[in-house]
Amino acid sequence: MYSIVVDELVKRYNGTKALDCVSFKVRKGCIFALLGPNGAGKTTLTNILTTLIEPDSGYAEVAGISVKEKIKVRERIGVVFQEPALDTRLTARENLEFHAMLYGVSKKEREKRIEKALELVGLKEWQDVLVEKFSGGMKRKLEMARVFVHTPEVLFLDEPTLGLDIQTRRKIWNYIKMLRSKGITIFMTTHYIEEAENLCDMVAIIDRGKIVKIGTVDGLRRELGEDTVYIELFEPCRLEVIEKFEEVMEVNIGEDGKTIQIIASKGDELIPKLLSSLSRSGIKVKAVSVKTPGLEDVFMKLTGRKFDGV
Amino acid sequence: MESKLLLSIYVLWLREMKRLIRSKSRFVSSLAMPLMFLIFLGSGFKGVQFQGVTSYIDFLTPGIAGMAVIFSSTFAGLSVLWDREFGFLKEIAVAPVSNVAVICGRIAGSATTSVFQAMAILILSVPLGFSPATTGIVASLPFIVLMAITFTGMGLFFAALIRDFHGFGLVINFVIFPLFFLSGAVFPISNLPSVVLPVAYLNPLFYGVDGLRAVLLKNSVLPAWFDLVASLIFSVVTVIVGAKAFDRL
Repeated sequence: MYSIVVDELVKRYNGTKALDCVSFKVRKGCIFALLGPNGAGKTTLTNILTTLIEPDSGYAEVAGISVKEKIKVRERIGVVFQEPALDTRLTARENLEFHAMLYGVSKKEREKRIEKALELVGLKEWQDVLVEKFSGGMKRKLEMARVFVHTPEVLFLDEPTLGLDIQTRRKIWNYIKMLRSKGITIFMTTHYIEEAENLCDMVAIIDRGKIVKIGTVDGLRRELGEDTVYIELFEPCRLEVIEKFEEVMEVNIGEDGKTIQIIASKGDELIPKLLSSLSRSGIKVKAVSVKTPGLEDVFMKLTGRKFDGV
Repeated sequence: MESKLLLSIYVLWLREMKRLIRSKSRFVSSLAMPLMFLIFLGSGFKGVQFQGVTSYIDFLTPGIAGMAVIFSSTFAGLSVLWDREFGFLKEIAVAPVSNVAVICGRIAGSATTSVFQAMAILILSVPLGFSPATTGIVASLPFIVLMAITFTGMGLFFAALIRDFHGFGLVINFVIFPLFFLSGAVFPISNLPSVVLPVAYLNPLFYGVDGLRAVLLKNSVLPAWFDLVASLIFSVVTVIVGAKAFDRL
């Protein structure tokens, strides 16, 4: 069962392809992230899926309905934009009421949901304050509260934590996870790699209008498959001590012979074996660290360029 | 489907009303300019007779009511720019409501505000010497509403044309004020040089103000039914043009 199906979608702006034959599917109830640098085509794709713009060619459906049936799709989705989309001259509660009414939530149900939503995002005490007095983080929370009020099947989040401080960011992440636990499919764009890593079940990497890779975060990492282990010793050692392990793929020793960089398939498993072997050989270790590849490395490997979003 | 459309229009109208109630001071201050015109022109030109109306304040008041309507409803149309700036337009763009509902809701809100404004002018001018035909107040409502629809549509059109606030003053100075002066609101258009007369006859405000005079003073250039039909045609045309412009916004 898929919540989003995209097939050979193309969108051009003045002749250049903002989306170049994009195809993918998003399974129901998972968090899907579209990761890519600015101008990669994330917003264009989101705008097509949320019925704001029409593709030049190709097919897209959301919650089982073609995006051509705009109103029907809109009834089933929620959207939180990058920039706040609130009526700043209304209070927090009025914004939620207005939203619930627009989505046809009955009066009785409305009261109940608004109460709960305000509590969930921690804006209860602020409910009667005009939104123009809110900080950026509070506005984002209120927008998340809006999602609880009309419970969409699919939620679109465009850069949900852009410009927020760490604490608010973590809170927003928790709300997103909570929404997933209620069976809502979440489609988000981000250019924060750690956001995709922390939050998402599936990641699609988009670059210059094309999806260059799609998969789970772990899957993408595993495909890269290389950890880097750094060891610092008090005295130089021989290469054979290190090279004998099957995980080791490449060893580079610094000029002093004391700093060693090891490229290995499973760095975390290599370290204990390596340490006990070194101590048996009487070599004292000063420091050890391991770096597992992140999506950044995946991005670099796939596109040959550094990810400029971070 | 119809009931859903009506419900969406109601919700959007309700929002405009909430905002109106919230900004009472703005409502009052937007009355300030028409009131000043009313007081200063009314007393300054006391004794001037136009179209056989013996008291100038009688002649002037329907014109100033029209002025209040053209300003408040054009602002209402242009206020989509604010909604866009604060991102609120997007909230509506992804909501399950049609553009027809969005535009009708805005026009309904703007028309309500305009009725309040025009009524405030008509009532406040009574102590200044304005003596309208008693049935005229109710009969003036269709003219006020049609003017409000027309100029909200025009506001939407100019919002799409100027794209941001910087063009706001241009619209006020080069569209709204000329339309106001060429409407017969403060003096009959027959006093204007004949070159600009065709422009005056293409001015929706002329028919609105003339219609108001017809019902409030029983004195007008054209018969009331003609003013009403002309206002109706203008409102339909500008709403269609405004709606098309809104789609591009």
